[in-house]
Amino acid sequence: MSNLLALAGVNTHIGHYHILQGVDFVVPHGGLTVLLGRNGAGKTTCLRTIMGLWQASAGRIEFDGTDIARRSTPAVAQLGIGYVPESMGIFTGLTVSENLTLAARDGPLDERRLDWMFRFFPALKKFWHLPAGHLSGGQKQMLAIARAIIEPKKLLLVDEPTKGLAPAIIAHMVDAFRELKRTDTTILLVEQNFHFARTLGDTVAVMDSGRIVHSGSMNDLADDEAQQQKLLGLSLDAHQ
Amino acid sequence: MSDDALRVPGIDKIPLALIPAIALVALPLIPSLPTWVTLTVAGLAMGMMIFIMASGLTLVFGLMDVMNFAHGAFITIGAFVATSVLIPLAGWTQADSLWLNLGAIIPAILAAMAVAGALGLVFERVIIMPVYGQHLKQILITMGGLIVAEQSIHVIWGPDIIPLPKPATLRGSFIFGDIAIEKYRVVAVIVGLAVFAAMFLLLNRTRIGLLIRAGVEDSEMVESLGYRIRRVFVGVFVAGSALAGLGGVMWALYQETVSSAMGMQVMILIFIVIIIGGLGSVGGCFIGALLVGLVANYVGFLAPKIALGSNILLMVLILLWRPQGLYPVAKR
Repeated sequence: MSNLLALAGVNTHIGHYHILQGVDFVVPHGGLTVLLGRNGAGKTTCLRTIMGLWQASAGRIEFDGTDIARRSTPAVAQLGIGYVPESMGIFTGLTVSENLTLAARDGPLDERRLDWMFRFFPALKKFWHLPAGHLSGGQKQMLAIARAIIEPKKLLLVDEPTKGLAPAIIAHMVDAFRELKRTDTTILLVEQNFHFARTLGDTVAVMDSGRIVHSGSMNDLADDEAQQQKLLGLSLDAHQ
Repeated sequence: MSDDALRVPGIDKIPLALIPAIALVALPLIPSLPTWVTLTVAGLAMGMMIFIMASGLTLVFGLMDVMNFAHGAFITIGAFVATSVLIPLAGWTQADSLWLNLGAIIPAILAAMAVAGALGLVFERVIIMPVYGQHLKQILITMGGLIVAEQSIHVIWGPDIIPLPKPATLRGSFIFGDIAIEKYRVVAVIVGLAVFAAMFLLLNRTRIGLLIRAGVEDSEMVESLGYRIRRVFVGVFVAGSALAGLGGVMWALYQETVSSAMGMQVMILIFIVIIIGGLGSVGGCFIGALLVGLVANYVGFLAPKIALGSNILLMVLILLWRPQGLYPVAKR
């Protein structure tokens, strides 16, 4: 399988802090890659660096054959990369409808795509005219994901979508990501909940202290408990 | 979820109710009804002019996180540019023909808005852009910009106060029984309402308005959706500067004088208004401006010595009630 995204020797500095210290990993085309790691390992920085929200100080970020490491955030997004930040980034003063309308950059909302999305995010249809600030945490997360995929994307970057959500909502989220995988959308998912990650992931990369310390098939890591303990340690216990 | 959750929340009406509430509280304190009507219309007119001057600043702060102390310079420059257009056309402004008056006023307003907007563009590119995200530097450099603008006005137009009489057809009052309402104040209310309506429609009925509202909340996320928000920043800054220029013309005609310090003087009221309204909120700015205009006029009549202090007291009371202003803007 070819790689849609490849990071090679990526370094990111934030002020005086050297956060990413030579990150190398690939995201194969069409699959779901999970980026795991403890708090502070650099996972969020990695996604933000790909999006151009923090500029890489060194290294290459190759997306679909093009180096995007020095591109601005809008330019990266216009290549077909959707981003769901850890904070969800919902515009709380805008209605559900307005949040999605804004995300549809190519013109009016596509009714067929909306209907397809409402199948796995039905709450969004119900609360269509409600300001997004009035939604529950789970509904906001659904809106954040829906907004990122309101137009077809080549790559979707999602930062900890299960954080703070109830188990029932997480199960719903699993169904949504499975549906997305069927549409040939490539997904890079940052996650600390290993069970969620194992359910969905095809490939995995594990970060620690700003570096990739493991990468490979999710099935292999899921079958190797000793490796899980070694790589994920406390975070695995905390989030199972 | 209950049906209540499905109900679309409307606008918060409590701040809106403050305007009639203040007017009603003032009614028994003012000795006569005609005086109360005159003061109320004067307060609304003053509020509308402050709104025109302040609306751009509140959007600039909300969207760009820039506290621009030099905003007053655009007000002053607008007033001086209009004066430069109106003085040679004094024959038209003093004629008793509405059309001749408009023939002088409209080009003066357009010139004021164009020059203030163009200077806003240069100011944003040269002065503001290098200090995005650095509040202390923004305060220092924009205060410096205001001083430089004032001194430049001294060089170009001289240090003296310039008289600027109202056009002939805008002088005098409409008389209803014992009640006299100045024509210019009615015009100020109409122009203020038109500006508010235009901004409301732009922000709520257009895609660019959607972008601005989203950008005020979370500009980083707007960029992540693929929009070049910095272009919107520049557009808003230019529009805000042009509106300040328009406000400057209206304020100068209201005062019937133009001075290099007028922008600096009115900035105190503008800051009070945008803080009362909620930084970044156009609706809050509108309500805040009307409240400030009414309170300034009522207190100015009842106890002139505490007129300015009354607006500061109003701000303190509102912030004690709603610490983020009447209509707080959700920020990331």
